[in-house]
Amino acid sequence: MKNWGYKISKPRGIDLDTANIKEFDKLAEKVPSAKRCLMCGACSATCSATNHTDFNFRKCHLMFRRGQFENISEELDKCMLCGKCKLVCPRGVNTRAIIYNMRIFLNNMDYKNI
Amino acid sequence: MEVKKHYWNQYQKEIADDDYFYERSCIRQTFFPGSETTFLRIMKEELGKNIMDDPNLHTCTGIGYHSDVVAFDTTQTVCARIFSLMTDSGLKNYVPSCVTSFGLFTELIETWKHFPEELEKTRENLRKATGREFELPTNIAHPSDVIFKFRKELKEKMKYQLVNKHTGKPLKVVEHIGCHYGKVFSQHSIGGAEFPHVLAGMIEEWGGEVVDYPERRHCCGFGFRQYLVMANRGYSVANTKKKFESMKPYKPDFIVANCPGCTMFMDKWQYTIAEMEGITYDEFGKGIPVLSYEEMAGMLLGYNPWDIGMQTHQVQVESLLDKIGVEYDPKDKYIGKSGNYIGEPEKPENLKV
Repeated sequence: MKNWGYKISKPRGIDLDTANIKEFDKLAEKVPSAKRCLMCGACSATCSATNHTDFNFRKCHLMFRRGQFENISEELDKCMLCGKCKLVCPRGVNTRAIIYNMRIFLNNMDYKNI
Repeated sequence: MEVKKHYWNQYQKEIADDDYFYERSCIRQTFFPGSETTFLRIMKEELGKNIMDDPNLHTCTGIGYHSDVVAFDTTQTVCARIFSLMTDSGLKNYVPSCVTSFGLFTELIETWKHFPEELEKTRENLRKATGREFELPTNIAHPSDVIFKFRKELKEKMKYQLVNKHTGKPLKVVEHIGCHYGKVFSQHSIGGAEFPHVLAGMIEEWGGEVVDYPERRHCCGFGFRQYLVMANRGYSVANTKKKFESMKPYKPDFIVANCPGCTMFMDKWQYTIAEMEGITYDEFGKGIPVLSYEEMAGMLLGYNPWDIGMQTHQVQVESLLDKIGVEYDPKDKYIGKSGNYIGEPEKPENLKV
């Protein structure tokens, strides 16, 4: 294949015909409050892990919801499950349970082991 | 009772009947060299219209302006000089060949309408630089608007229809109007970007079927800044790829485009994608032929495909010509107007010819 000094960029759009968005439905069965999240980011703003690393719970949650699972496992490893995010959530989302269950789902889906 | 509002009614425009001043494009004469000549031939020989092709024309600065390398003051003055040439000719109906020129001129007219001091400044700048004066056109129409206006008259003269001669079914045609035609000032285009009808009207009138695919209104990928910087070219080709992937399931017979950049990129990027990733978007690995609307009209009027420049396309057009039943001599493909052999391009590795 030819190389002209540039690559064809991959689109960042979410193709809902191919994206695996059913995993989020399964997660919401376990943690119904997950559906109430409005992605305000208060969880990330108060996160102790975010203070020292580039961990971003809001982003991980959004990626999982869109079916983009690559690299989330490694990110979730940075969470200490302290639950501070749960205290500040304006919608009463059980954020700690979301992280815990996302780890289990990703493990079962053969994404990189947590 | 509340009556439903037909928004498409807002996107209609006046198109002059006769006496046009034609402005040629910078890049079309290189990439689709027969298109403009074909338009002039159709206007003069088929429709009997008066249209002036001024040899003193120059760039409108559109590519430089949209790439942020030409200042707006300069653009206004350079475009004003083109208007001064039109003023000299005594004509008032302006027809710019390029969609970007069309978008730029409508932008200038709107600017001067809302900011008359800019018009006065431009008059002063042109006077100082060249000693010339100019009048504003009374009508600006893109050549596709003009062809659209006379599409029924042209149909009567056409030798072929957009119909597959083997199956008798209408050809499936993807149309692309170009962002600078319908998205800058929708009210200056037929149907705007929301209800694109300028090419669709021609296709339907001439027997074809328009493919309404999901990414129909997406940019072709030219994007000016994105293309001109090599490191960013991946974004440009990614846009075109997105369109091809979206149209592929509909199995279009060909693409017809309005804008020089769109026609070029949708044609050339098929080669690029094939050579970089080995992907083609038709069943036989040959790609989807891309035509300008003048070429489409000229082809159906029975003009020799090699006289209207169809041999200069990246994706070869013979499969389309065979579907319609257009008569052509393969031996003449690379014979120039002088009768001499003009040379044959190298064959691509992946894109079949």
